[in-house]
Amino acid sequence: MGILDFLRAKPKNTASIARERLRIIVAQERSTRGGPDYLPLLRSELLEVIRKYVNIDPEAVQVNLESDTGHDVLELSVALPDDEKKS
Amino acid sequence: MTEIIVVTSGKGGVGKTTTSASLATGLAQAGKKVAVIDFDVGLRNLDLIMGCERRVVYDFVNVIQGEATLKQALIKDKRNDKLFVLAASQTRDKDALTQEGVEKVLDELKKEGFDYVVCDSPAGIEKGAHLAMYFADHAMVVVNPEVSSVRDSDRILGLLASKTRHAEGGQATVKQHLLLTRYNPVRVEAGEMLSVKDVEDILGLPVVGVIPESENVLAASNAGEPVILDAQSMAGQAYADAVARVLGEERPLRFLEVPKKGLFKRMFGG
Repeated sequence: MGILDFLRAKPKNTASIARERLRIIVAQERSTRGGPDYLPLLRSELLEVIRKYVNIDPEAVQVNLESDTGHDVLELSVALPDDEKKS
Repeated sequence: MTEIIVVTSGKGGVGKTTTSASLATGLAQAGKKVAVIDFDVGLRNLDLIMGCERRVVYDFVNVIQGEATLKQALIKDKRNDKLFVLAASQTRDKDALTQEGVEKVLDELKKEGFDYVVCDSPAGIEKGAHLAMYFADHAMVVVNPEVSSVRDSDRILGLLASKTRHAEGGQATVKQHLLLTRYNPVRVEAGEMLSVKDVEDILGLPVVGVIPESENVLAASNAGEPVILDAQSMAGQAYADAVARVLGEERPLRFLEVPKKGLFKRMFGG
């Protein structure tokens, strides 16, 4: 058993998976923080509409509310897949 | 000037009370007059970790509601006469804590000449946690190298930046300190655990201390002795370093590497 374990491929580096997942979720939650409560819902509804036409990743829609002096800017960014690969 | 430090995390079980007890004890060891307050109404535990559970007569809520004076409710630590514990109420509902009541107690502690008030926050982001952080000048955010704890800490950092007296007043900010606890260098090296750098990068804050995962922490809580008093243990020394950094001293981080000592050295010290 010990020898077999030794020969087997190295286990996946789960810390790096955790790091990447956290990077994404923390960035996403920060972008909606302090903004109105409807942002997450807005984001998911937008995602549904876009998905009617293009099959995109849930992470591909970014909704940011930025406060400039005097006015707020709602910024939407949608990353489309590289044609065949992702869809 | 009284400095108010909240020890908070969002997630439960990451070491808030252990940290509050050691932070308060360490500050008192440095000659400061310190009060440590348990904000976890209904789930009092700081008294156990501090080893004064049998001396609780009056609690935080009694003082807020005028049933006892602050002097009556403050429990003087047996080991350090500059350290006082204010226990949480065990029986009342959480609504017993009010913003005015908390402010009144903190103002009274200021008048009594306390240098530091350490507020041990309950888990979550409900009323108790909110009130524990509301009046803070400093926040020690306790985080484990684990996904849910890191995410919750980020949420808490957001609340500290918006839902505190300093944030609402707009003149000052709550000084944020990140304390990484339950750190296991062996697992980090094996790629099984987030590293100090990972956590710092994700949260965008440097750590004020890294406490290694240690059997001494459980032993300390079993005995009702804050682990910082176990000066032989790595966890105790790491807490002492963190407290020194809070007081403005610069100290390098320790215990981040896999121990490379041989068996002989481990058995006989060195």
